[in-house]
Amino acid sequence: MDFLTLCLVSLLKGALVLFLVMLPGAIISVYSERRVAAFIQQRLGPNRVGPFGLMQAFADVAKLIFKEDVVPSEANKFFHSLAPLIACTTTLALFAVIPFADYVMINGTRIDIAVAPNINLAVLYILAVSSVAVYGITFAGWSSGNKYSLLGALRSSAQMISYELTLGSSLIGIIMMTGSMNLGDIVHAQANLKWNIFYQPLGFLIFLVASFAETNRAPFDLVEAEPELVGGYHTEYAGMKFGLFMLVEFVHTIIAPCIIVTLFLGGWQIPVPTFILNAIGIYDGSIPMVLLQLGSFLVKVLAMMFFFIWVRWSLPRFRYDQLMNLGWKVMLPLSLVNIIITAIVVYFTK
Amino acid sequence: MANININTRAQKMTFWEKIYLPEIAKGLSLTFKQIFEPKITRSYPEERFEPTGSYRGRPVLVLEEEGERCVACGLCSRVCPALAIEVQAGETLTRDKERYPAKFEINMLRCIFCGFCEEVCPEEAIVMSKDYEMVYQNREDAILGKDKLLVPVAQLQDRLEYLRTHQYYEPKAA
Repeated sequence: MDFLTLCLVSLLKGALVLFLVMLPGAIISVYSERRVAAFIQQRLGPNRVGPFGLMQAFADVAKLIFKEDVVPSEANKFFHSLAPLIACTTTLALFAVIPFADYVMINGTRIDIAVAPNINLAVLYILAVSSVAVYGITFAGWSSGNKYSLLGALRSSAQMISYELTLGSSLIGIIMMTGSMNLGDIVHAQANLKWNIFYQPLGFLIFLVASFAETNRAPFDLVEAEPELVGGYHTEYAGMKFGLFMLVEFVHTIIAPCIIVTLFLGGWQIPVPTFILNAIGIYDGSIPMVLLQLGSFLVKVLAMMFFFIWVRWSLPRFRYDQLMNLGWKVMLPLSLVNIIITAIVVYFTK
Repeated sequence: MANININTRAQKMTFWEKIYLPEIAKGLSLTFKQIFEPKITRSYPEERFEPTGSYRGRPVLVLEEEGERCVACGLCSRVCPALAIEVQAGETLTRDKERYPAKFEINMLRCIFCGFCEEVCPEEAIVMSKDYEMVYQNREDAILGKDKLLVPVAQLQDRLEYLRTHQYYEPKAA
């Protein structure tokens, strides 16, 4: 494949991911967040706009677009506008390395179902890009010229920096087992139900909790503690800029499950042995196989999304000192223990 | 520092409570059960709320076959804390009652649904109805005259029954 074709295919895949994964994903995320919340509280939730209320997200976005974009007079206009863009771009950029399925052969050309497949440092890329997201929040809080926004932003950055370390070190176990930071290799290594969650239960637990903190979701949503901080870092935002922050929050509930599924729950691996699929005429690289893999990935991600929402509506928010205690005194030592145990086991078994 | 005991609650927790996870699992199972509970929300325009006789909705005047019960004594207007009621009496020539309300207006923008008018009425002529759907397009529409206030007695049986069984004083024999 020459360079031009590669560029075109990548662009096409990027556009497809944007329109087939992110937009429906954000809509499903908004819808399921509100409906699941309602069901847990014995309510009905939004069910009026469109069939079963599925069009609710469109109604919300249409409302936000037509709202006036108010910028406070105390705000630094440039950074105030830049912040939602940084937050949005960094979150969406995470989708680039997620493998949604294996590959498909079209006219003898192998096309991997990921925007940027087989990046050797994909795990590092995820950690790096998700840390840049903290700039969006810090800029938003600092440029608003409002002390509550600033407090929210400070909390957020402290929280993200504390949990970043745990997030990274909980993945070292997987990287040692697989011997690669390539997400494609990590998923391939989990074939035949050898999911990392069974080999790295402690790592999974730590990564799960740290990703709750990293995405600023309940029970670690101190950034948006309404009783203390009004709205947190986006207090001074209106219209679609506020909408972008909300979009980021909802895309977080898709991207975090995507990453967890890829790393720990076998990614697109179908929990059916390969010889059964081959027996009914489905081979690697054929379109039915890719569809099955996409379906498998989708089911796992949706289940994980449900778990995220379920946790949000079950657990109360942590206090700030409790959060820091948990992060530095419990999670970090546990992840180090996990690294040492994995290292010993890997050393003696390989 | 000996006499200062901070965080006693945390010290009393058992080991399993301190590691959070079993308690979190308990909480999650509790919220998961809620999903299958019957929903409390009522889908309003399709499923209406039907109040019982004790409901204090829009105040209305009782209309009997021979005419309204009201004798225009003006007590309701006098007792109304929000000054929502205006009564002007007129003289009857045909009926055994000497007075009737020539004009009876309730300003629904002022009404606070306290039910004092109904309580004070010696004729049981003004009662609170079950009507709670009050939407007005402008302020003039919100001032209800006799045409909108008079409601046939048959529609108010629940409320009249409730008043007879729950009022403190013996109602006047009809």
